[in-house]
Amino acid sequence: MSIDMSQFHQVFFEECFEGLEAMEAGLLNLNIDDIDPEVINTIFRGAHSIKGGSGTFGFNNVADFTHIMETLLDEMRDGRRQVTQIAINILLGSVDCLREMISSIQNEEEVDESRVAQHTADLDNELNGVAESTPPPSHKVSAETIITEPSEVISDSSETSDTNEESGWKIAFCPYLDLLKTGNDPVRMFRELSELGELTSLANIQDVPSLFEMDPEECNISWDLKVMGDIPLDEIEEIFNWVEGDCELDIQPIAPKPVKKIAPPVSQAEPELDTEETIATQAKEPQQPTQPEIIVEQAEVSKDIEAIPKPPTTAPKEPNKKVQLDSDQSKLIVQVASSIRVDTSKIDALINMVGEVVITQSMLGLVGENFTMDKVDQLKKGLAQLERHTRDLQQSVMNVRMLPISFVFSRFPRLVHDISSKLGKKIELKLVGENTEIDKSVVELINDPLVHLIRNSLDHGIEMPANRIAAGKPETGTIELKAYHRGGHIVIEIIDDGHGMDKNKLIAKAVEKGLIDDSSVLTDKQAYELIFLPGFSTAEKLTDISGRGVGMDVVRRNIEALGGNIEISSELGHGTTIAIHLPLTLAILDGQSVAVGDETYIVPLVSIIESINITEKMLNKVAGKGETFRLRNQYIPIIRMHKIFNVQPSSKSKMGEGVIVVAEGQGVLCGLFVDDLLGQQQVVIKSLEANYRRVDGVSGATILGDGSVALILDVPGLVRFSNR
Amino acid sequence: MASILAVDDSASMRKMVTFTLKSAGYDVEEAVDGVDALEKAQSKQFDCIITDVNMPNKDGITLIKDLRAIANYKFTPMLTLTTESGMEKKMEGKAAGATGWIVKPFDPDQLLKTLKKVLG
Repeated sequence: MSIDMSQFHQVFFEECFEGLEAMEAGLLNLNIDDIDPEVINTIFRGAHSIKGGSGTFGFNNVADFTHIMETLLDEMRDGRRQVTQIAINILLGSVDCLREMISSIQNEEEVDESRVAQHTADLDNELNGVAESTPPPSHKVSAETIITEPSEVISDSSETSDTNEESGWKIAFCPYLDLLKTGNDPVRMFRELSELGELTSLANIQDVPSLFEMDPEECNISWDLKVMGDIPLDEIEEIFNWVEGDCELDIQPIAPKPVKKIAPPVSQAEPELDTEETIATQAKEPQQPTQPEIIVEQAEVSKDIEAIPKPPTTAPKEPNKKVQLDSDQSKLIVQVASSIRVDTSKIDALINMVGEVVITQSMLGLVGENFTMDKVDQLKKGLAQLERHTRDLQQSVMNVRMLPISFVFSRFPRLVHDISSKLGKKIELKLVGENTEIDKSVVELINDPLVHLIRNSLDHGIEMPANRIAAGKPETGTIELKAYHRGGHIVIEIIDDGHGMDKNKLIAKAVEKGLIDDSSVLTDKQAYELIFLPGFSTAEKLTDISGRGVGMDVVRRNIEALGGNIEISSELGHGTTIAIHLPLTLAILDGQSVAVGDETYIVPLVSIIESINITEKMLNKVAGKGETFRLRNQYIPIIRMHKIFNVQPSSKSKMGEGVIVVAEGQGVLCGLFVDDLLGQQQVVIKSLEANYRRVDGVSGATILGDGSVALILDVPGLVRFSNR
Repeated sequence: MASILAVDDSASMRKMVTFTLKSAGYDVEEAVDGVDALEKAQSKQFDCIITDVNMPNKDGITLIKDLRAIANYKFTPMLTLTTESGMEKKMEGKAAGATGWIVKPFDPDQLLKTLKKVLG
């Protein structure tokens, strides 16, 4: 049977990456002073699985490479090898190398052989550094070759002396009592022998106890077997391979064939002895009163053997073809793959919901069939149910796209490990809320900003150990990476216990760079926000770790592109917290629809603080800066929507008639002046950029129930836009 | 057709084994580790168990030991999937009651051929 193995490759690759991640995490967790055997075991298992799979699926270079890693890890596991930091670093490097190899294979690119060779050399050096303690592998290999070689020679010689009908093997097989308890069954083995050649068997039952004493689970019979035919020894040996140690076995070639060449002298001498012995036992047998039974038994066995249809040597061929077809198809599918792994319980929930929708639909169908006005109530009820189910269904579908944020977080221990050792700082990374779920597309896009922020915390936030001690803090700094849900958002916080941000230093720097003028008075928050300005960097000297200060504005832009925002709070001397708020999904949002003239716009519900009605008199006009109004000691700028979008104002577009929607974007409040509030609804976001082009102040569009298109407002964008 | 329980913590290997066996007409169920396998084996009688050795939660050797202790699995063929370097593992498996082993890496043909040794 040939099965196209490529259909399993995708799964295998994914598994490899998971395995590598587990190995990496394990390696980072290893404390050389206090080795946890379970951690080593996990790392070993990762290498072991990758090796097994890559061998099976034909990626021999991966298999060879992991083999060395496995050997090294095996020795660590058995305590034969000291776990050193050097070894850990080499293994970490190998994990990286392996990851590259596998992604190259996955993308059908050339594997970087020189890199592989280098890591192989590193591993070899580490492995052979204590050469004395590593004899097993080579030893085993040689043992195997010793076993196979003679049999090959014998098979060769038997081939040369073909047509010799007399050739065959005589097998004395004497199972121990417990043979059956391993699930091995002599009958099956005899059947296999009978496939090799003509088999005759003789059962010796003199050791079978009387019925009263007999334990049916024990094997009391031994056999003398003869297989005739041109059969290589190793094929016979293979059949008895599994019962080695559970029986006494003696395999001898049957006479006339000259097996002089290589066969050791012992085996030449033995046949004679053996024949004598069997003659002796056979001679004894007739005296046994149970002889008739022997014959019956024997007959049964041989009948069995004959009755078994020559196991399908031709039959499998047809299924073969079918399998090939199938696998060809699956290959096509695999190639498209950007796959996602989904918890089965989520799919079950989905199927359940679909069932509910179908039921509701058929119920509505029934109502509609002979509709009379008295069925209106029923119809309304049905529609309400449909609405509920659709919402649940939608939720379930969205859930399928949700991934635990550990997909992102799991990369950071390595990052922190590498960077802190480079910086000479002692830093512990704590991960909290790794199971918080977030949309797959957000997962993909949030990684880079997080890497940047964490690097910043490592580099600028946490102090050198000596400085920490001087400041009365523990030598080891802590960075906490925390994720949790709040409202319709997911919040990711990066909390460090470093020296915090110095407001005055930030301001001085910004002034020096000409980003603000020195007369400006800033709140703490505004001062922290300075780091998001393009071209701002406070590190006294630039390092290769957190770069040249070009990053933070990009980080902020990326997060805002995801519909999120970023906030900083800091306490000088105690640390900094950076909080990122992100929407749970990018595909659907809860919106407030508002009317402006004849148009409808959607304001994301999360950005709305409140909606109020004010009169013209409450407005303050500020020369050159538009209008504001006072809301509980705060002056809020007003954005007249019909003006900004150039919509024909309606009768309600006068202050006093319309409504001010107070919304927040990036910590800045603004009042969106609209004609009316229409209602809240969930809207499916359609990209405007993909269908048209980017428009300032608009984050996307959606299609309303009546088929018309409504634009979704981007509040921070609107604020920026209106300030221009 | 004979029913087989395939136990492996690696999804790709499990899929490969399952696919191969199913296309040969066997009735196959999967388990992800020893604990899962033991549970499945107790809820249904299998004619053969094929298990990986190195697995989290419960390894293959322990699984075989546990299964052999159950009356229904006293004589059931149980095969371990093992790497060539694991001679001690083979023996350890045998001591625990394994019927035999399949050496990794293997291809579908080898798997089916080996399986024929224990299933009629």
